Amino acid sequence: MNVIIRYFKSLLLLELFAGLRLTMRYFFRPKFTIRYPEEKTPKSNRFRGLHALRRYPNGEERCIACKLCEAVCPALAITIESTLREDGTRRTTRYDIDLFKCVYCGFCEESCPVDAIVETGFLEYHMENQGERVMDKAQLLAIGDRFEAEIAADREQDAAYR
Amino acid sequence: MLDALLQLLWIVAKILLIVVPLILTVAYYTYAERKVIGFMQVRMGPNRVGFFGFKLFGLGQPIADVVKLLLKEIILPANANKFLFVLAPVMAIAPALAAWAVVPFNDFMVLADINAGLLYVLAMTSLGVYGIIIAGWASNSKYAFLGAMRSAAQIVSYEIAMGFALVGVLIMSGTLNLREIVLAQRGGIFDWFWWPLLPLFVVYFISGIAETNRAPFDMAEGESEIVAGYHVEYSGATFAVFFLAEYANMILISSLAAILFLGGWLSPFASVPVVGDTFLAQGSILWFLAKTVFFMFMFLWLRATFPRYRYDQVMRLGWKVLIPITIIWIMVAAVMIVFGVVVRGS
Repeated sequence: MNVIIRYFKSLLLLELFAGLRLTMRYFFRPKFTIRYPEEKTPKSNRFRGLHALRRYPNGEERCIACKLCEAVCPALAITIESTLREDGTRRTTRYDIDLFKCVYCGFCEESCPVDAIVETGFLEYHMENQGERVMDKAQLLAIGDRFEAEIAADREQDAAYR
Repeated sequence: MLDALLQLLWIVAKILLIVVPLILTVAYYTYAERKVIGFMQVRMGPNRVGFFGFKLFGLGQPIADVVKLLLKEIILPANANKFLFVLAPVMAIAPALAAWAVVPFNDFMVLADINAGLLYVLAMTSLGVYGIIIAGWASNSKYAFLGAMRSAAQIVSYEIAMGFALVGVLIMSGTLNLREIVLAQRGGIFDWFWWPLLPLFVVYFISGIAETNRAPFDMAEGESEIVAGYHVEYSGATFAVFFLAEYANMILISSLAAILFLGGWLSPFASVPVVGDTFLAQGSILWFLAKTVFFMFMFLWLRATFPRYRYDQVMRLGWKVLIPITIIWIMVAAVMIVFGVVVRGS
């Protein structure tokens, strides 16, 4: 008996019509697609994007060349050279990050005692020439200046959990 | 002399009037395919390429695709038979376009109103398989050859079921001329042949899908096992021609389904009292196009829904299910005619 029922079920294409009904229902569903450059997915305030060096509000750079980030970096992407400045403070003369070596783990930011090196939420960057992958100190500071408001807001939001 | 020349020019003009819109339809059918399948998979489909800086839901996409394909290099494989390799796409496209000669768009718009139109269509759709076999053989590639063999076996098998389904139409209409077949379906929606020939209608459309090597019968391409089947080695314009042939065949099958089973250009409201006097009740090319588009959509809908058949399942379905059904229903149709259950040309 079951064989006969199954035979007629397959002959009348019942299950195939059920499948067609399902795809037709999905046809009218709202679509999941994000039209990327115009629409963007929400981003966490902990997002780890392009690096930046921050400054104090008075314009003084935060980094004191303690080299903790250089030590902790698992990909050896950071290179620091330092010197004594005339006012007796220790500052970097060179602060390079090789973006191709970097694995964006965020350890540099975690290790920094003065919140100088941070990873911003900025992710839409690219390089067009050989050698641009290494960001030097001036570039990092410039990025810090450009995104200071967002960086500060993100850190503020996360402060309670640190 | 001048008359003959004018006659020739007039025929060429009519051919262009059919082929140019057909090619444009093919281009936008690929767009519709990507869009419909995208929608059924809950994504948007192409929506970037537009005209003059306006995106227009990606309507420029097919134009961009055509330009890309035509500008690409045609690669001739090292040990391929060069002559047949180039000939194969032509063998595929020629019958696909030639079959359109007898398709009646309404009761006077038909290029060649020949009395054996249906046989001509069957002959042309069967010839299409040579392009595929030659392509598979000339490419000198295992995958192409396997794809060609599969496709040949499949098309030959489903040809029989399709032919038998058309025999039912012949019994009902008593003519081979496509225009007269449509006229034999005059009356209301239940005078169209889909209703007395319902099983044959379904079998015809299923074998039509198999004939054109479309999903779920696309083992000839079988991306997962044999890469792309018979057109693995084709690129650029030659590939575009195969593509054109496949889609032209799909549109042909759709329009034939509309002509043979859904009353071609006839209106479904012909015998309905309220709208009976408006233009909706008039048979026109618009009805023919609407019905064809319905079947074209079915092709995409089926592709978005069903997974590919295994090869032996395709053969089983063709030989052990579809052919017996058609044979039984041919007899039923004959009995219906003989005992006057259905009256010809009512």
